[in-house]
Amino acid sequence: MSKPDFEPKIIVFACNWCSYAAMDLAGTSRTQYPHNVRIVRVMCSSRVTPEMVLTALAEGADAVLITGCHPGDCHYLVGNYKTLARYMLLKKVLDDLGLGDRVKLEWFSAGEGERFAQYVRSFVEEVKKGALSPKSSTPEEGGSR
Amino acid sequence: MSPQTKVKVAFYWNASCGGCEEAVVDLGEDLFKVLEVVDIVFWPVALDFKLEDVEKLPDGGIDVAIINGGIRFSEHEKVVKLLRKKSKIVVAYGSCAHLGGIPGLANLWSKASIMDYVYLKAPSVVNESNVLPKEVVQTEVGELELPAFLDALKPLNQVIDVDYYVPGCPPTPNVTFKAIQTLLSGKLLPKGVILGADTRALCDTCPLNETKPEKLAIKEFRRPHTFIPDPKKCLLAQGLLCLGPVTRGGCEAACVKANMPCTGCFGPLDNVVDFGARALSFIASIIDQKDEEGIKKALGPVVDLVGQVYKFSLPSGLLKDLVKRKEV
Amino acid sequence: METPSEQPRIGVYICHCGTNIAGVINVDELTKFASGLPNVVIAKNYQFMCSKPGQEMIVEDIKQHKLNRVVVAACSPRMHEPTFRRLLQSAGLNPYLLEMVNIREHCTWVHEHEPDKALEKAKALIAAAVIRASRLEVLEEKELPVVKSALVIGGGIAGLFAALTLANSGVKVYLVESSPTIGGKMAMLDKTFPTLDCSKCILTPIMNDVANHPNIELLTYAEVVDVQGSVGDFKIKVLLKPRYVDPTKCKACGECAKKCPASAPNEFDIGLSKRKAIYITFPQAVPTVYTIDPNVCLYFTKRDRMGRPLCGVCQKVCPAQAIDYNMQPKTVEINVGAVIIATGFETFDPRLKKEYKYGVSPRIITSLEFERILCATGPTGGKVLCPPDWKEVPKRVVFIQCVGSRDLTVDVPYCSKVCCMYTAKQAILYKERVPDGEAYVIYIDVRAAGKGFEEFYRRAVEEFNVTYIKSRVGEVVIDPETNKPIVRVEDALTGYMMELEADLVVLAVGLRPSPSTLKIAELFKVSRSPDGFLQELHAKLYPVQTAVDGVFICGCAQGPKDIPDSVAQAKAAASAALEILAQGFVKTIGYVASVDKDLCSGCGICVSVCPYDAIAIKVENGKRVASVEDVKCKGCGSCAAACPSGAMQQKHFKDSQLIPVVKTLARM
Repeated sequence: MSKPDFEPKIIVFACNWCSYAAMDLAGTSRTQYPHNVRIVRVMCSSRVTPEMVLTALAEGADAVLITGCHPGDCHYLVGNYKTLARYMLLKKVLDDLGLGDRVKLEWFSAGEGERFAQYVRSFVEEVKKGALSPKSSTPEEGGSR
Repeated sequence: MSPQTKVKVAFYWNASCGGCEEAVVDLGEDLFKVLEVVDIVFWPVALDFKLEDVEKLPDGGIDVAIINGGIRFSEHEKVVKLLRKKSKIVVAYGSCAHLGGIPGLANLWSKASIMDYVYLKAPSVVNESNVLPKEVVQTEVGELELPAFLDALKPLNQVIDVDYYVPGCPPTPNVTFKAIQTLLSGKLLPKGVILGADTRALCDTCPLNETKPEKLAIKEFRRPHTFIPDPKKCLLAQGLLCLGPVTRGGCEAACVKANMPCTGCFGPLDNVVDFGARALSFIASIIDQKDEEGIKKALGPVVDLVGQVYKFSLPSGLLKDLVKRKEV
Repeated sequence: METPSEQPRIGVYICHCGTNIAGVINVDELTKFASGLPNVVIAKNYQFMCSKPGQEMIVEDIKQHKLNRVVVAACSPRMHEPTFRRLLQSAGLNPYLLEMVNIREHCTWVHEHEPDKALEKAKALIAAAVIRASRLEVLEEKELPVVKSALVIGGGIAGLFAALTLANSGVKVYLVESSPTIGGKMAMLDKTFPTLDCSKCILTPIMNDVANHPNIELLTYAEVVDVQGSVGDFKIKVLLKPRYVDPTKCKACGECAKKCPASAPNEFDIGLSKRKAIYITFPQAVPTVYTIDPNVCLYFTKRDRMGRPLCGVCQKVCPAQAIDYNMQPKTVEINVGAVIIATGFETFDPRLKKEYKYGVSPRIITSLEFERILCATGPTGGKVLCPPDWKEVPKRVVFIQCVGSRDLTVDVPYCSKVCCMYTAKQAILYKERVPDGEAYVIYIDVRAAGKGFEEFYRRAVEEFNVTYIKSRVGEVVIDPETNKPIVRVEDALTGYMMELEADLVVLAVGLRPSPSTLKIAELFKVSRSPDGFLQELHAKLYPVQTAVDGVFICGCAQGPKDIPDSVAQAKAAASAALEILAQGFVKTIGYVASVDKDLCSGCGICVSVCPYDAIAIKVENGKRVASVEDVKCKGCGSCAAACPSGAMQQKHFKDSQLIPVVKTLARM
């Protein structure tokens, strides 16, 4: 049974142009959000691979959030469409393996600092709840840490 | 050549369909060449040596142990550990020993639910007394031990130290022969090397590679049984889920030459940690759709994505610790 | 430039940022933690790392401790990465050996209420950065020289102004135009709205400026046929079609045309008049040289039984001996640093709108045809007369708007922007010349957004009594007795149905991308918007750039627009081209894609993914392998993510540089 003071670790992939800027904006606006997210910067969300996401989960992260520019706004024109396709394929596999709720994809424009903070707050809650629910598996069954 | 100077080889099969044993036999005439320099000291499927014979050998007394099949039972674990002790070199032969193989897909379900289905719930089963296999059974003649069904199927290197791998389901005669030649050459090889196969992906040696269009753009994938593919055009370009780009070459595109897309039995390339994840990325990359609906449509015909991309490799790679075991 | 293979020696610098960071987390503890990390030689903290003393401290340490990697934990890299990269350069280190850690915007500023957790997080972020720093490599930003010349494709008003602007800035310009003269559609117009300036009068001085400009090489009757290379160094093949008239000798006296026995419909008058097989598009054509149309000319089309040509009249009568029937097409190769595409538009073909019966009755014409009738140099010398006999003065002209615009039945959803204005202009010009005539404009909306446009439209209504009826015209029928077109109208404002019998129906046809625009787009790999015109890089901020570096677009090739907007865009495109040409060099970025050719199987997945066509499969040593053109690569990394064998990596963002970061952040 997971402890009540369980603090999930969420890895966030952010693209240099939109979503990382949104996260910076949350910072400059002093919007407070939970400490549980750790941000990895890439030039485009299309650099993110399913392998990176699975590595995060296998090495101890409880959830992964992939972020990028809104469709149509990608600095590199069409990168985020590839990100979407890769995420959807990975999600299909993860759903089948009972891990679907641990990986999410969300678009943030450079001006959506508050929205990012809000998203983090609710995602952290969701992961905490998910870990505490009776359906969650214990380490003996090979589930979440 | 006297028995003393011949290379001592042991073969063993774990959870195996027997195809890898056949693959050795499939060497055909080349088998005789091999037998000239090799002395088989253990081969349960073909020769009458017992485990005690192996136990009697000195440590390192076997030069090469060629082991196929995945570790499914406690018996497998026991024997491979023994063979490791007694062998100088251990080779994981075939997809099951290398990556876990097709039986590795059983790791998607919990042990309890597998037992439940196979012995109680499967449509063709009649088991009124609900008998399930037990590890220890009392009979009139005494206590009978059965090997335990392990929680998860494992590839060989998760149980013992493996020196080299020969990939394939099964490895082709050419790959097998090349691997044996390399082993017998006495050449010093780095640990963990894949023998007999290529260092590049299958596309490199596939006869259809040149027929690829400049850009691959798939609007919707297709299932192999729904049409007859043009044998002269790249199968991936025709919408089939051919895993050639992500699979190690060496099989000379055997399946593709039979007009069937590659399913990835030779496993990943050297830099790749998780075969299925790599496959997912490249498959997604050629989908020519820009929104969720379109991508769903492209994938519509793909009925069992996990089974397709992790057909041989589920127990290896990154997912092995993450899989939440389903109840059937 | 190779990354030195010596052991990484990392210096970690933690900024207090005043109290922004130090006020929330204990920077001393953080520094102590950092100094214990593998490969870290020195770890320090300071109040303001970006300040002069802060920067000097880093430079000193690099020299003193022989640091070869620097980690700066401070504000966002979007803020100061360039600052610290320049710093490394000044200290003799490659700028890509810097790693910044965002412990302000992403940590202390957002976790003020959880300082303990913030410190833990900062430790994890720095540990990850140190591992990444130890794997960073020396990267090059190559400077490639730029050829200081440009190609402008299209000799209409946009192309002319683009060429002049560049030429006036000292750039050598090649102006390629596919028809025998420059001038484009503007040369076909009578007057321009809203000033009613004579179109040719304002156009011809520009044409002459172009013809006389020492920096402009005019290649008319020519087409671009091949494009190689990339920004700064395009190698372009231009096909010069044969006029069969020597431009150095022709004086444009016109004797040849007088005697020429063969004629054909005159394209400049859209078939409303005829021209000879040897012709000049209009008298003020630039260059002022005649051209022979080999499809019509009897010398080329008719031979006797012995194979001898049946005609050679023009050659006989030409006083300058300028006729050369043996002229051959010639291909020239030009080398330019930038390209501007200004290939204009064509009008919508109203035969696609069968309900309007264009082609069924000669009294139903397009706006461009009506423009030619209005023009003093047109088929009627500017008199408003009905085709095809030119005898009758039309007393009632009905203008139908939005023919081939805002119409999903012909797959054109957009508004062509100029038709409301040019129709108002044509209605005014008609009423000026036929004061007792009736002009009706059947419209859906009147779009008069430009300077003076609304006032102009009001003039049409109030001063010239043009009747505007709001309706979608369903159909034009031909009266079987009078043979006159009847326009069926349902007035949306009154609800009345009307059948307007017209002497002349003018269809206000919309603007479509020209056929040459489509061909040129393919050659340069410029994508097209959903409406078919050329796609700009960003709808708001980069209207004249394309996704292909060094290729710019302007005028109607980019989308329907009027003359002032075309001119503005032309100058904008020239200015954008000058950004490259004036600088003299282009830089590649350091973090480009790079392929391990020993691992690459030539599967081509990367090629399918690159938005910039920067990757191609080439055969090297008998093997098909991917090859990246650094100058085209913009560093998105999509190809690296797509590569199924791990052969394609993105420099500075390799799997071996990113995965350890992910692992550290997941574990700590």
